[in-house]
Amino acid sequence: MSDPISPVSPLDLDEKEKTFLDATELILNMGPQHPATHGVLRVILKLDGEKVLGLECMIGYLHRGVEKIAENRTYTMFNPYVDRMDYVAAVSNGLGYCEAVEKLLNIQAPPRANYIRVILTELNRIASHQLWLGTHALDIGAMTPLFYTFRDREEILKIFERYCGARLTTHAFRIGGCQYETYSGFEKDVKRFLDFVAPKIDEYEELLTTNRIWVERTTKVGVISAKEAIALGVTGPVLRASGVKWDLRKAQPYAAYKEFDFEIPTGQNGDTYDRYLVRMAEMRQSMRILRQAVEGIPEGPIMAKVPKVLKPPVGEIYHSIEAPKGELGYFIVSDGSTQPYRVRVRPPSFVNLQALDLMCRGQLIADVVAVIGTLDIVLGEVDR
Amino acid sequence: MPEETKSPSSPPPEGGGKPAAANPPTEKPVAAAAAKPAAPAKPAGPTPEPWDAPVVAALKRLFGSGVQALTYLGQNYLEVDRSLIPEILQILRDQEQFDYCVDITAVHYPQRPRQFEVVWILYSHPRNERVRVKTQIADGEAIASAVPTWPAANWLEREVFDMFGIQFSGHPDLRRVLLPEGWKGHPLRKDYGIIQQDQEWVQINLGIESGQ
Repeated sequence: MSDPISPVSPLDLDEKEKTFLDATELILNMGPQHPATHGVLRVILKLDGEKVLGLECMIGYLHRGVEKIAENRTYTMFNPYVDRMDYVAAVSNGLGYCEAVEKLLNIQAPPRANYIRVILTELNRIASHQLWLGTHALDIGAMTPLFYTFRDREEILKIFERYCGARLTTHAFRIGGCQYETYSGFEKDVKRFLDFVAPKIDEYEELLTTNRIWVERTTKVGVISAKEAIALGVTGPVLRASGVKWDLRKAQPYAAYKEFDFEIPTGQNGDTYDRYLVRMAEMRQSMRILRQAVEGIPEGPIMAKVPKVLKPPVGEIYHSIEAPKGELGYFIVSDGSTQPYRVRVRPPSFVNLQALDLMCRGQLIADVVAVIGTLDIVLGEVDR
Repeated sequence: MPEETKSPSSPPPEGGGKPAAANPPTEKPVAAAAAKPAAPAKPAGPTPEPWDAPVVAALKRLFGSGVQALTYLGQNYLEVDRSLIPEILQILRDQEQFDYCVDITAVHYPQRPRQFEVVWILYSHPRNERVRVKTQIADGEAIASAVPTWPAANWLEREVFDMFGIQFSGHPDLRRVLLPEGWKGHPLRKDYGIIQQDQEWVQINLGIESGQ
Protein backbone atom coordinates (compact mmCIF):
# COMPACT_ATOMS: atom_id res chain seq x y z
CA MET A 1 0.00 0.00 0.00
CA SER A 2 2.90 2.34 0.75
CA ASP A 3 4.32 2.12 -2.76
CA PRO A 4 1.50 2.54 -5.25
CA ILE A 5 3.72 1.87 -8.25
CA SER A 6 4.67 -1.72 -7.49
CA PRO A 7 1.95 -4.13 -8.59
CA VAL A 8 0.25 -6.21 -5.97
CA SER A 9 1.26 -9.80 -6.31
CA PRO A 10 -1.72 -12.14 -6.68
CA LEU A 11 -0.11 -14.41 -4.12
CA ASP A 12 -0.73 -11.82 -1.39
CA LEU A 13 -4.50 -11.88 -1.83
CA ASP A 14 -6.84 -13.69 0.50
CA GLU A 15 -9.70 -15.83 -0.76
CA LYS A 16 -12.27 -13.06 -0.68
CA GLU A 17 -10.16 -10.68 -2.70
CA LYS A 18 -9.37 -13.37 -5.22
CA THR A 19 -13.02 -14.05 -5.89
CA PHE A 20 -13.54 -10.37 -6.41
CA LEU A 21 -10.77 -10.07 -8.95
CA ASP A 22 -11.79 -13.22 -10.72
CA ALA A 23 -15.35 -11.99 -11.09
CA THR A 24 -15.92 -11.69 -14.80
CA GLU A 25 -19.00 -9.51 -14.81
CA LEU A 26 -19.79 -6.27 -13.11
CA ILE A 27 -23.00 -4.29 -13.33
CA LEU A 28 -22.33 -0.58 -13.26
CA ASN A 29 -24.88 2.17 -13.13
CA MET A 30 -24.17 5.39 -15.02
CA GLY A 31 -26.50 8.34 -14.67
CA PRO A 32 -29.12 9.72 -14.70
CA GLN A 33 -27.14 12.55 -13.13
CA HIS A 34 -23.91 12.23 -15.03
CA PRO A 35 -22.27 15.02 -16.99
CA ALA A 36 -21.53 12.82 -19.98
CA THR A 37 -25.06 11.55 -20.47
CA HIS A 38 -26.25 14.86 -21.91
CA GLY A 39 -29.26 15.17 -19.70
CA VAL A 40 -30.96 12.48 -17.74
CA LEU A 41 -30.04 9.28 -19.48
CA ARG A 42 -29.37 6.32 -17.24
CA VAL A 43 -27.25 3.52 -18.64
CA ILE A 44 -26.75 0.20 -16.92
CA LEU A 45 -23.54 -1.34 -18.10
CA LYS A 46 -22.51 -4.96 -17.93
CA LEU A 47 -18.76 -5.02 -17.76
CA ASP A 48 -15.91 -7.44 -17.98
CA GLY A 49 -13.14 -5.38 -16.46
CA GLU A 50 -13.31 -2.23 -18.51
CA LYS A 51 -14.87 -3.94 -21.51
CA VAL A 52 -18.56 -3.42 -22.14
CA LEU A 53 -20.47 -6.68 -22.62
CA GLY A 54 -23.80 -4.99 -23.06
CA LEU A 55 -25.87 -2.15 -21.77
CA GLU A 56 -29.38 -1.06 -21.18
CA CYS A 57 -30.78 2.44 -21.37
CA MET A 58 -33.31 3.60 -18.82
CA ILE A 59 -35.16 6.57 -20.20
CA GLY A 60 -38.30 8.54 -19.46
CA TYR A 61 -37.03 10.92 -16.80
CA LEU A 62 -38.12 13.88 -18.92
CA HIS A 63 -41.41 12.37 -20.09
CA ARG A 64 -44.02 15.11 -20.18
CA GLY A 65 -46.68 13.39 -22.24
CA VAL A 66 -46.36 15.71 -25.23
CA GLU A 67 -48.57 13.46 -27.37
CA LYS A 68 -51.31 13.48 -24.75
CA ILE A 69 -51.11 17.25 -24.42
CA ALA A 70 -51.55 17.54 -28.19
CA GLU A 71 -54.90 15.77 -28.02
CA ASN A 72 -56.16 18.35 -25.56
CA ARG A 73 -55.01 21.48 -27.38
CA THR A 74 -56.01 23.00 -30.68
CA TYR A 75 -53.63 22.68 -33.61
CA THR A 76 -52.40 26.23 -33.06
CA MET A 77 -52.04 25.88 -29.31
CA PHE A 78 -49.89 22.79 -29.64
CA ASN A 79 -47.39 24.55 -31.90
CA PRO A 80 -45.16 25.98 -29.13
CA TYR A 81 -45.02 22.63 -27.34
CA VAL A 82 -43.04 20.97 -30.11
CA ASP A 83 -40.13 23.35 -29.46
CA ARG A 84 -39.70 21.71 -26.06
CA MET A 85 -38.81 18.33 -27.48
CA ASP A 86 -35.48 18.86 -29.19
CA TYR A 87 -34.82 22.17 -27.51
CA VAL A 88 -31.45 22.74 -29.14
CA ALA A 89 -33.09 22.52 -32.58
CA ALA A 90 -36.49 24.00 -31.78
CA VAL A 91 -36.86 25.58 -35.20
CA SER A 92 -36.72 22.17 -36.92
CA ASN A 93 -39.41 20.81 -34.62
CA GLY A 94 -41.68 23.70 -35.46
CA LEU A 95 -41.05 23.33 -39.18
CA GLY A 96 -42.00 19.66 -39.15
CA TYR A 97 -45.17 20.24 -37.19
CA CYS A 98 -46.33 23.25 -39.22
CA GLU A 99 -45.72 21.47 -42.50
CA ALA A 100 -47.56 18.36 -41.33
CA VAL A 101 -50.65 20.38 -40.35
CA GLU A 102 -50.42 22.36 -43.59
CA LYS A 103 -50.45 19.12 -45.54
CA LEU A 104 -53.47 17.97 -43.59
CA LEU A 105 -55.23 21.26 -44.33
CA ASN A 106 -54.09 21.09 -47.95
CA ILE A 107 -52.54 24.54 -47.88
CA GLN A 108 -49.07 25.65 -48.84
CA ALA A 109 -46.80 28.20 -47.27
CA PRO A 110 -45.86 30.99 -49.70
CA PRO A 111 -42.37 30.93 -51.26
CA ARG A 112 -41.04 33.76 -49.11
CA ALA A 113 -42.11 31.96 -45.95
CA ASN A 114 -40.40 28.81 -47.19
CA TYR A 115 -37.15 30.71 -47.69
CA ILE A 116 -37.34 32.21 -44.22
CA ARG A 117 -38.02 28.72 -42.89
CA VAL A 118 -35.00 27.29 -44.66
CA ILE A 119 -32.74 30.09 -43.42
CA LEU A 120 -33.77 29.69 -39.79
CA THR A 121 -33.72 25.89 -39.93
CA GLU A 122 -30.24 25.79 -41.39
CA LEU A 123 -28.98 28.32 -38.87
CA ASN A 124 -30.46 26.07 -36.23
CA ARG A 125 -28.73 23.04 -37.74
CA ILE A 126 -25.38 24.80 -37.41
CA ALA A 127 -26.22 25.80 -33.83
CA SER A 128 -27.24 22.24 -32.98
CA HIS A 129 -24.07 20.80 -34.49
CA GLN A 130 -21.97 23.38 -32.66
CA LEU A 131 -23.53 22.40 -29.37
CA TRP A 132 -22.94 18.76 -30.20
CA LEU A 133 -19.31 19.40 -31.06
CA GLY A 134 -18.59 21.36 -27.92
CA THR A 135 -20.14 18.87 -25.53
CA HIS A 136 -18.87 15.82 -27.41
CA ALA A 137 -15.31 17.14 -27.40
CA LEU A 138 -15.62 18.02 -23.71
CA ASP A 139 -16.72 14.46 -22.93
CA ILE A 140 -13.64 13.11 -24.65
CA GLY A 141 -11.38 15.54 -22.83
CA ALA A 142 -10.90 18.47 -25.18
CA MET A 143 -12.08 21.51 -23.31
CA THR A 144 -11.37 24.38 -25.68
CA PRO A 145 -13.90 23.55 -28.45
CA LEU A 146 -16.72 23.98 -25.92
CA PHE A 147 -15.84 27.64 -25.39
CA TYR A 148 -15.33 28.26 -29.09
CA THR A 149 -18.57 26.64 -30.22
CA PHE A 150 -20.69 28.27 -27.55
CA ARG A 151 -19.16 31.63 -28.33
CA ASP A 152 -20.00 31.25 -32.02
CA ARG A 153 -23.42 29.71 -31.46
CA GLU A 154 -24.31 32.87 -29.61
CA GLU A 155 -24.29 34.74 -32.93
CA ILE A 156 -27.02 32.44 -34.27
CA LEU A 157 -29.09 32.86 -31.14
CA LYS A 158 -28.78 36.63 -31.51
CA ILE A 159 -30.28 36.39 -35.00
CA PHE A 160 -33.14 34.30 -33.61
CA GLU A 161 -33.66 36.80 -30.84
CA ARG A 162 -33.81 39.69 -33.26
CA TYR A 163 -36.16 37.76 -35.51
CA CYS A 164 -38.71 36.48 -33.01
CA GLY A 165 -37.67 37.54 -29.55
CA ALA A 166 -36.69 34.09 -28.30
CA ARG A 167 -33.34 32.38 -28.38
CA LEU A 168 -33.94 28.73 -27.69
CA THR A 169 -37.58 27.72 -27.91
CA THR A 170 -38.28 30.11 -30.70
CA HIS A 171 -41.78 29.24 -31.92
CA ALA A 172 -40.65 30.89 -35.13
CA PHE A 173 -43.23 29.47 -37.53
CA ARG A 174 -46.98 29.38 -37.72
CA ILE A 175 -49.27 27.00 -39.52
CA GLY A 176 -49.44 28.49 -43.00
CA GLY A 177 -46.15 30.37 -42.98
CA CYS A 178 -44.31 32.64 -40.60
CA GLN A 179 -45.78 35.17 -38.24
CA TYR A 180 -42.97 37.66 -38.44
CA GLU A 181 -41.57 39.43 -41.45
CA THR A 182 -37.78 39.57 -41.38
CA TYR A 183 -36.39 42.57 -39.56
CA SER A 184 -34.49 45.15 -41.54
CA GLY A 185 -30.93 43.97 -41.85
CA PHE A 186 -31.83 40.28 -41.45
CA GLU A 187 -30.12 39.25 -44.68
CA LYS A 188 -27.08 41.33 -43.76
CA ASP A 189 -26.94 39.71 -40.33
CA VAL A 190 -27.06 36.23 -41.81
CA LYS A 191 -24.37 37.06 -44.36
CA ARG A 192 -22.21 38.60 -41.68
CA PHE A 193 -22.66 35.49 -39.59
CA LEU A 194 -21.64 33.27 -42.52
CA ASP A 195 -18.47 35.28 -43.05
CA PHE A 196 -17.83 35.11 -39.34
CA VAL A 197 -18.39 31.40 -38.86
CA ALA A 198 -16.56 30.00 -41.90
CA PRO A 199 -13.07 30.52 -40.42
CA LYS A 200 -14.39 29.39 -37.02
CA ILE A 201 -15.34 25.99 -38.37
CA ASP A 202 -11.82 25.72 -39.79
CA GLU A 203 -10.61 26.59 -36.33
CA TYR A 204 -12.57 23.73 -34.73
CA GLU A 205 -11.13 21.41 -37.31
CA GLU A 206 -7.62 22.63 -36.65
CA LEU A 207 -8.09 21.76 -33.01
CA LEU A 208 -9.46 18.29 -33.59
CA THR A 209 -9.26 16.72 -37.05
CA THR A 210 -5.59 15.78 -36.91
CA ASN A 211 -5.25 15.93 -33.14
CA ARG A 212 -3.64 12.64 -32.15
CA ILE A 213 -5.70 12.20 -28.98
CA TRP A 214 -8.95 13.00 -30.76
CA VAL A 215 -8.18 10.60 -33.60
CA GLU A 216 -7.22 7.79 -31.21
CA ARG A 217 -10.28 8.30 -29.08
CA THR A 218 -12.73 8.31 -31.99
CA THR A 219 -11.40 6.06 -34.74
CA LYS A 220 -12.97 2.58 -34.75
CA VAL A 221 -15.08 3.54 -31.75
CA GLY A 222 -18.79 2.84 -31.84
CA VAL A 223 -18.77 1.31 -35.31
CA ILE A 224 -22.12 0.66 -36.95
CA SER A 225 -22.42 -0.71 -40.47
CA ALA A 226 -24.86 0.63 -43.03
CA LYS A 227 -26.92 -2.55 -42.87
CA GLU A 228 -27.18 -2.48 -39.09
CA ALA A 229 -27.99 1.21 -39.12
CA ILE A 230 -30.88 0.76 -41.54
CA ALA A 231 -32.21 -2.26 -39.66
CA LEU A 232 -32.16 -0.29 -36.42
CA GLY A 233 -33.91 2.65 -38.03
CA VAL A 234 -30.97 4.97 -37.44
CA THR A 235 -31.15 8.22 -39.40
CA GLY A 236 -29.35 11.51 -39.77
CA PRO A 237 -25.60 12.03 -39.63
CA VAL A 238 -25.16 8.67 -37.87
CA LEU A 239 -26.61 6.85 -40.88
CA ARG A 240 -24.71 8.97 -43.38
CA ALA A 241 -21.41 8.33 -41.61
CA SER A 242 -21.97 4.63 -42.30
CA GLY A 243 -22.01 5.38 -46.01
CA VAL A 244 -25.72 5.71 -46.75
CA LYS A 245 -26.33 8.79 -48.85
CA TRP A 246 -29.76 9.60 -47.54
CA ASP A 247 -31.04 12.96 -46.51
CA LEU A 248 -34.73 13.85 -46.54
CA ARG A 249 -33.90 17.31 -47.84
CA LYS A 250 -32.83 15.56 -51.05
CA ALA A 251 -34.83 12.32 -50.98
CA GLN A 252 -38.22 13.91 -50.33
CA PRO A 253 -37.68 17.67 -50.49
CA TYR A 254 -39.86 19.92 -48.37
CA ALA A 255 -39.99 23.70 -47.77
CA ALA A 256 -37.76 25.25 -50.44
CA TYR A 257 -34.93 22.72 -50.38
CA LYS A 258 -35.51 21.69 -53.99
CA GLU A 259 -34.19 25.04 -55.12
CA PHE A 260 -30.78 24.84 -53.50
CA ASP A 261 -27.59 23.28 -54.60
CA PHE A 262 -25.90 21.27 -51.86
CA GLU A 263 -24.34 17.90 -51.24
CA ILE A 264 -24.93 15.12 -48.76
CA PRO A 265 -21.68 14.41 -46.93
CA THR A 266 -21.12 10.74 -46.16
CA GLY A 267 -18.54 8.69 -44.32
CA GLN A 268 -17.28 5.15 -44.89
CA ASN A 269 -16.39 3.50 -41.63
CA GLY A 270 -19.39 4.36 -39.50
CA ASP A 271 -17.20 5.17 -36.54
CA THR A 272 -17.15 8.15 -34.22
CA TYR A 273 -14.48 9.90 -36.24
CA ASP A 274 -16.49 9.64 -39.46
CA ARG A 275 -19.57 10.95 -37.74
CA TYR A 276 -17.51 13.89 -36.58
CA LEU A 277 -16.33 14.57 -40.15
CA VAL A 278 -19.86 14.22 -41.54
CA ARG A 279 -21.26 16.77 -39.12
CA MET A 280 -18.41 19.18 -39.80
CA ALA A 281 -19.10 18.86 -43.52
CA GLU A 282 -22.82 19.33 -42.89
CA MET A 283 -22.20 22.66 -41.22
CA ARG A 284 -20.40 23.80 -44.36
CA GLN A 285 -23.24 22.52 -46.56
CA SER A 286 -25.72 24.40 -44.39
CA MET A 287 -23.68 27.53 -44.96
CA ARG A 288 -23.86 26.87 -48.67
CA ILE A 289 -27.66 26.60 -48.50
CA LEU A 290 -27.81 29.74 -46.38
CA ARG A 291 -25.84 31.79 -48.89
CA GLN A 292 -28.15 30.76 -51.71
CA ALA A 293 -31.26 31.32 -49.63
CA VAL A 294 -30.24 34.77 -48.44
CA GLU A 295 -29.33 35.83 -51.98
CA GLY A 296 -32.52 34.50 -53.53
CA ILE A 297 -35.14 35.29 -50.91
CA PRO A 298 -38.25 36.25 -52.91
CA GLU A 299 -40.68 39.05 -52.17
CA GLY A 300 -44.28 38.29 -51.33
CA PRO A 301 -46.56 37.34 -48.49
CA ILE A 302 -45.28 35.30 -45.56
CA MET A 303 -48.60 33.70 -44.63
CA ALA A 304 -50.94 31.59 -46.68
CA LYS A 305 -54.65 32.23 -46.32
CA VAL A 306 -55.48 30.21 -43.26
CA PRO A 307 -58.88 30.13 -41.56
CA LYS A 308 -58.97 31.57 -38.04
CA VAL A 309 -60.17 28.26 -36.62
CA LEU A 310 -58.25 25.30 -37.97
CA LYS A 311 -60.42 22.27 -38.65
CA PRO A 312 -58.58 19.86 -40.91
CA PRO A 313 -60.84 17.37 -42.70
CA VAL A 314 -61.05 13.85 -41.30
CA GLY A 315 -57.94 11.96 -42.25
CA GLU A 316 -54.37 11.33 -41.31
CA ILE A 317 -50.97 12.41 -42.46
CA TYR A 318 -47.34 11.51 -41.89
CA HIS A 319 -44.80 14.18 -42.62
CA SER A 320 -41.14 14.11 -41.77
CA ILE A 321 -38.19 16.41 -42.12
CA GLU A 322 -34.45 16.09 -41.80
CA ALA A 323 -33.80 17.48 -38.34
CA PRO A 324 -30.19 17.89 -37.19
CA LYS A 325 -30.49 14.50 -35.45
CA GLY A 326 -32.26 12.57 -38.19
CA GLU A 327 -35.76 11.92 -39.42
CA LEU A 328 -38.27 13.84 -37.35
CA GLY A 329 -41.78 12.75 -38.25
CA TYR A 330 -45.27 13.79 -37.26
CA PHE A 331 -48.20 11.42 -37.68
CA ILE A 332 -51.38 13.40 -37.15
CA VAL A 333 -54.92 12.01 -37.13
CA SER A 334 -57.73 14.51 -37.55
CA ASP A 335 -61.35 13.84 -36.62
CA GLY A 336 -62.49 17.07 -38.24
CA SER A 337 -62.53 19.02 -34.97
CA THR A 338 -60.29 21.83 -33.80
CA GLN A 339 -58.08 19.51 -31.79
CA PRO A 340 -55.95 16.74 -33.24
CA TYR A 341 -57.33 13.29 -32.48
CA ARG A 342 -53.83 11.93 -32.19
CA VAL A 343 -50.36 13.33 -32.72
CA ARG A 344 -47.48 10.95 -32.83
CA VAL A 345 -43.96 12.30 -32.91
CA ARG A 346 -41.32 10.09 -34.45
CA PRO A 347 -38.26 11.32 -32.60
CA PRO A 348 -34.88 10.69 -34.22
CA SER A 349 -33.01 10.66 -30.89
CA PHE A 350 -35.24 7.95 -29.41
CA VAL A 351 -34.72 5.59 -32.33
CA ASN A 352 -31.01 6.38 -32.68
CA LEU A 353 -30.44 5.72 -28.98
CA GLN A 354 -31.51 2.13 -29.55
CA ALA A 355 -28.25 1.59 -31.42
CA LEU A 356 -26.18 2.49 -28.35
CA ASP A 357 -26.06 -1.10 -27.11
CA LEU A 358 -24.78 -2.44 -30.42
CA MET A 359 -22.27 0.37 -30.85
CA CYS A 360 -20.79 -0.01 -27.37
CA ARG A 361 -20.38 -3.79 -27.24
CA GLY A 362 -16.74 -4.77 -26.94
CA GLN A 363 -15.66 -1.17 -26.31
CA LEU A 364 -14.25 0.32 -23.13
CA ILE A 365 -16.24 2.32 -20.57
CA ALA A 366 -14.56 5.53 -21.68
CA ASP A 367 -15.83 4.84 -25.20
CA VAL A 368 -19.42 4.69 -24.00
CA VAL A 369 -19.11 8.37 -23.21
CA ALA A 370 -17.76 9.01 -26.70
CA VAL A 371 -20.58 7.03 -28.31
CA ILE A 372 -23.32 8.78 -26.34
CA GLY A 373 -21.80 12.05 -27.51
CA THR A 374 -21.53 10.98 -31.12
CA LEU A 375 -25.17 9.85 -31.25
CA ASP A 376 -26.11 13.46 -30.49
CA ILE A 377 -29.20 12.70 -28.47
CA VAL A 378 -31.36 15.24 -26.71
CA LEU A 379 -33.25 13.69 -23.83
CA GLY A 380 -36.11 16.12 -24.15
CA GLU A 381 -36.82 14.48 -27.48
CA VAL A 382 -36.11 10.92 -26.39
CA ASP A 383 -38.60 11.16 -23.53
CA ARG A 384 -41.04 13.73 -24.89
CA MET B 1 -69.59 16.91 -44.34
CA PRO B 2 -66.16 15.38 -44.39
CA GLU B 3 -67.21 12.70 -41.92
CA GLU B 4 -69.41 10.97 -44.45
CA THR B 5 -66.74 10.74 -47.10
CA LYS B 6 -64.37 8.66 -45.02
CA SER B 7 -64.11 5.04 -46.05
CA PRO B 8 -66.53 2.76 -44.20
CA SER B 9 -63.76 0.61 -42.77
CA SER B 10 -62.66 3.41 -40.47
CA PRO B 11 -65.67 5.09 -38.91
CA PRO B 12 -65.10 8.64 -37.73
CA PRO B 13 -63.94 9.03 -34.20
CA GLU B 14 -66.39 10.96 -32.09
CA GLY B 15 -66.18 12.14 -28.53
CA GLY B 16 -63.52 9.90 -27.13
CA GLY B 17 -62.48 11.97 -24.14
CA LYS B 18 -62.72 15.37 -25.72
CA PRO B 19 -65.72 17.64 -26.09
CA ALA B 20 -67.79 17.02 -29.20
CA ALA B 21 -66.43 19.72 -31.44
CA ALA B 22 -69.00 19.87 -34.19
CA ASN B 23 -71.59 22.28 -32.86
CA PRO B 24 -73.54 23.83 -35.71
CA PRO B 25 -73.13 27.58 -34.98
CA THR B 26 -69.35 27.55 -35.27
CA GLU B 27 -69.35 25.12 -38.14
CA LYS B 28 -70.74 27.50 -40.72
CA PRO B 29 -68.35 30.47 -40.65
CA VAL B 30 -65.39 28.13 -40.58
CA ALA B 31 -66.53 26.34 -43.67
CA ALA B 32 -67.09 29.68 -45.37
CA ALA B 33 -63.66 30.93 -44.42
CA ALA B 34 -62.07 27.73 -45.58
CA ALA B 35 -63.75 28.06 -48.95
CA LYS B 36 -62.15 31.43 -49.67
CA PRO B 37 -58.55 30.41 -50.41
CA ALA B 38 -57.74 29.25 -53.88
CA ALA B 39 -56.99 25.70 -52.68
CA PRO B 40 -59.20 23.38 -54.73
CA ALA B 41 -62.11 21.45 -53.23
CA LYS B 42 -61.52 22.73 -49.73
CA PRO B 43 -64.88 22.48 -47.97
CA ALA B 44 -65.53 18.84 -48.74
CA GLY B 45 -61.98 17.74 -48.00
CA PRO B 46 -60.17 15.14 -50.02
CA THR B 47 -61.24 11.54 -49.76
CA PRO B 48 -59.13 8.39 -49.69
CA GLU B 49 -58.88 6.87 -53.14
CA PRO B 50 -57.98 3.35 -54.17
CA TRP B 51 -54.26 2.88 -54.62
CA ASP B 52 -52.99 0.85 -57.54
CA ALA B 53 -49.42 -0.30 -57.70
CA PRO B 54 -47.50 -3.51 -58.42
CA VAL B 55 -47.05 -3.94 -54.65
CA VAL B 56 -50.78 -3.85 -54.13
CA ALA B 57 -51.45 -6.24 -57.00
CA ALA B 58 -48.95 -8.71 -55.56
CA LEU B 59 -50.48 -8.50 -52.09
CA LYS B 60 -54.04 -8.77 -53.41
CA ARG B 61 -53.09 -11.89 -55.38
CA LEU B 62 -51.87 -13.48 -52.18
CA PHE B 63 -54.41 -12.25 -49.66
CA GLY B 64 -57.47 -11.14 -51.65
CA SER B 65 -59.88 -9.01 -49.70
CA GLY B 66 -57.76 -9.13 -46.54
CA VAL B 67 -55.86 -6.16 -47.90
CA GLN B 68 -57.28 -2.78 -48.82
CA ALA B 69 -55.01 -0.28 -50.52
CA LEU B 70 -55.86 3.39 -50.34
CA THR B 71 -54.17 6.71 -50.89
CA TYR B 72 -54.94 9.95 -49.07
CA LEU B 73 -53.28 13.30 -49.78
CA GLY B 74 -50.73 11.46 -51.87
CA GLN B 75 -49.78 9.05 -49.08
CA ASN B 76 -50.34 5.36 -49.55
CA TYR B 77 -51.57 3.01 -46.90
CA LEU B 78 -52.77 -0.55 -46.53
CA GLU B 79 -55.59 -1.64 -44.30
CA VAL B 80 -54.90 -5.21 -43.36
CA ASP B 81 -56.56 -7.98 -41.37
CA ARG B 82 -54.86 -8.54 -38.05
CA SER B 83 -54.05 -12.18 -38.83
CA LEU B 84 -52.14 -11.24 -41.99
CA ILE B 85 -49.83 -8.72 -40.31
CA PRO B 86 -46.70 -10.83 -39.80
CA GLU B 87 -46.79 -12.21 -43.33
CA ILE B 88 -47.47 -8.87 -44.99
CA LEU B 89 -44.75 -7.05 -43.06
CA GLN B 90 -42.31 -9.81 -43.96
CA ILE B 91 -43.24 -9.62 -47.65
CA LEU B 92 -42.97 -5.83 -47.65
CA ARG B 93 -39.47 -6.08 -46.30
CA ASP B 94 -38.14 -9.07 -48.22
CA GLN B 95 -39.77 -8.68 -51.61
CA GLU B 96 -40.76 -5.05 -51.79
CA GLN B 97 -37.57 -3.64 -50.25
CA PHE B 98 -39.18 -1.72 -47.39
CA ASP B 99 -36.00 -2.03 -45.39
CA TYR B 100 -36.56 0.76 -42.89
CA CYS B 101 -39.25 0.71 -40.22
CA VAL B 102 -39.79 4.39 -39.55
CA ASP B 103 -42.31 4.17 -36.77
CA ILE B 104 -44.86 1.98 -35.04
CA THR B 105 -47.71 3.64 -33.26
CA ALA B 106 -51.37 3.23 -32.40
CA VAL B 107 -54.58 5.23 -32.25
CA HIS B 108 -57.35 4.55 -29.77
CA TYR B 109 -60.98 4.64 -30.95
CA PRO B 110 -63.00 3.67 -27.86
CA GLN B 111 -66.35 3.52 -29.68
CA ARG B 112 -65.22 0.93 -32.22
CA PRO B 113 -65.68 -2.76 -31.51
CA ARG B 114 -61.99 -3.22 -32.18
CA GLN B 115 -60.62 -0.28 -30.28
CA PHE B 116 -57.05 0.06 -31.42
CA GLU B 117 -55.59 0.84 -34.76
CA VAL B 118 -51.92 -0.12 -34.93
CA VAL B 119 -49.91 1.71 -37.58
CA TRP B 120 -46.55 0.75 -39.08
CA ILE B 121 -44.85 3.47 -41.10
CA LEU B 122 -42.36 1.96 -43.51
CA TYR B 123 -39.86 3.41 -45.92
CA SER B 124 -37.87 1.83 -48.71
CA HIS B 125 -34.36 3.19 -49.24
CA PRO B 126 -33.95 1.67 -52.74
CA ARG B 127 -37.36 2.90 -53.95
CA ASN B 128 -37.62 6.15 -51.96
CA GLU B 129 -41.21 5.30 -51.11
CA ARG B 130 -43.29 5.29 -47.98
CA VAL B 131 -46.21 3.11 -47.04
CA ARG B 132 -48.34 2.83 -43.92
CA VAL B 133 -49.79 -0.47 -42.81
CA LYS B 134 -52.76 -0.35 -40.49
CA THR B 135 -54.74 -2.96 -38.66
CA GLN B 136 -57.45 -2.95 -36.03
CA ILE B 137 -57.32 -4.99 -32.85
CA ALA B 138 -59.54 -5.29 -29.84
CA ASP B 139 -58.51 -4.46 -26.30
CA GLY B 140 -56.60 -7.38 -24.82
CA GLU B 141 -55.73 -8.93 -28.17
CA ALA B 142 -52.09 -9.40 -29.05
CA ILE B 143 -50.41 -8.54 -32.32
CA ALA B 144 -47.32 -10.20 -33.74
CA SER B 145 -44.11 -8.37 -32.97
CA ALA B 146 -42.09 -6.91 -35.85
CA VAL B 147 -38.78 -7.18 -33.99
CA PRO B 148 -37.65 -10.25 -35.98
CA THR B 149 -38.30 -8.29 -39.18
CA TRP B 150 -36.86 -4.91 -38.13
CA PRO B 151 -34.80 -4.65 -34.93
CA ALA B 152 -35.86 -0.99 -34.83
CA ALA B 153 -39.31 -2.14 -33.76
CA ASN B 154 -38.03 -3.01 -30.29
CA TRP B 155 -38.41 0.29 -28.47
CA LEU B 156 -41.20 1.47 -30.74
CA GLU B 157 -43.34 -1.51 -29.71
CA ARG B 158 -42.38 -1.04 -26.09
CA GLU B 159 -43.64 2.52 -26.32
CA VAL B 160 -46.93 1.41 -27.86
CA PHE B 161 -47.29 -1.13 -25.06
CA ASP B 162 -46.43 1.54 -22.49
CA MET B 163 -48.88 4.11 -23.82
CA PHE B 164 -51.75 1.90 -24.99
CA GLY B 165 -51.31 -1.47 -23.29
CA ILE B 166 -51.18 -3.33 -26.59
CA GLN B 167 -49.41 -6.68 -26.35
CA PHE B 168 -46.87 -7.68 -28.99
CA SER B 169 -46.45 -11.44 -29.04
CA GLY B 170 -42.91 -12.57 -29.70
CA HIS B 171 -41.33 -9.34 -28.50
CA PRO B 172 -38.06 -10.19 -26.73
CA ASP B 173 -38.48 -7.75 -23.85
CA LEU B 174 -41.91 -6.15 -23.65
CA ARG B 175 -41.67 -3.70 -20.76
CA ARG B 176 -42.57 -0.08 -20.24
CA VAL B 177 -40.02 2.22 -21.77
CA LEU B 178 -40.92 5.80 -20.84
CA LEU B 179 -43.06 5.38 -17.75
CA PRO B 180 -41.61 3.72 -14.67
CA GLU B 181 -42.05 0.02 -14.02
CA GLY B 182 -45.06 -0.55 -11.80
CA TRP B 183 -47.03 2.41 -13.14
CA LYS B 184 -50.70 1.61 -13.56
CA GLY B 185 -52.63 2.67 -16.63
CA HIS B 186 -51.80 3.52 -20.22
CA PRO B 187 -51.86 7.29 -20.73
CA LEU B 188 -52.61 7.57 -24.43
CA ARG B 189 -55.88 5.70 -24.14
CA LYS B 190 -58.76 8.09 -24.57
CA ASP B 191 -60.25 7.19 -21.19
CA TYR B 192 -57.08 8.29 -19.40
CA GLY B 193 -57.49 11.90 -18.33
CA ILE B 194 -54.96 14.59 -19.13
CA ILE B 195 -54.10 15.29 -15.48
CA GLN B 196 -54.64 11.73 -14.31
CA GLN B 197 -51.72 10.07 -12.57
CA ASP B 198 -50.99 6.89 -10.73
CA GLN B 199 -51.29 8.56 -7.32
CA GLU B 200 -50.34 5.39 -5.50
CA TRP B 201 -47.06 5.19 -7.41
CA VAL B 202 -46.39 8.87 -6.78
CA GLN B 203 -47.03 8.50 -3.05
CA ILE B 204 -44.86 5.43 -2.66
CA ASN B 205 -41.98 6.46 -4.87
CA LEU B 206 -41.83 10.21 -4.54
CA GLY B 207 -43.10 10.50 -0.97
CA ILE B 208 -45.53 13.29 -1.83
CA GLU B 209 -49.29 13.34 -1.54
CA SER B 210 -50.04 14.18 -5.15
CA GLY B 211 -48.12 14.80 -8.31
CA GLN B 212 -50.49 17.55 -9.37
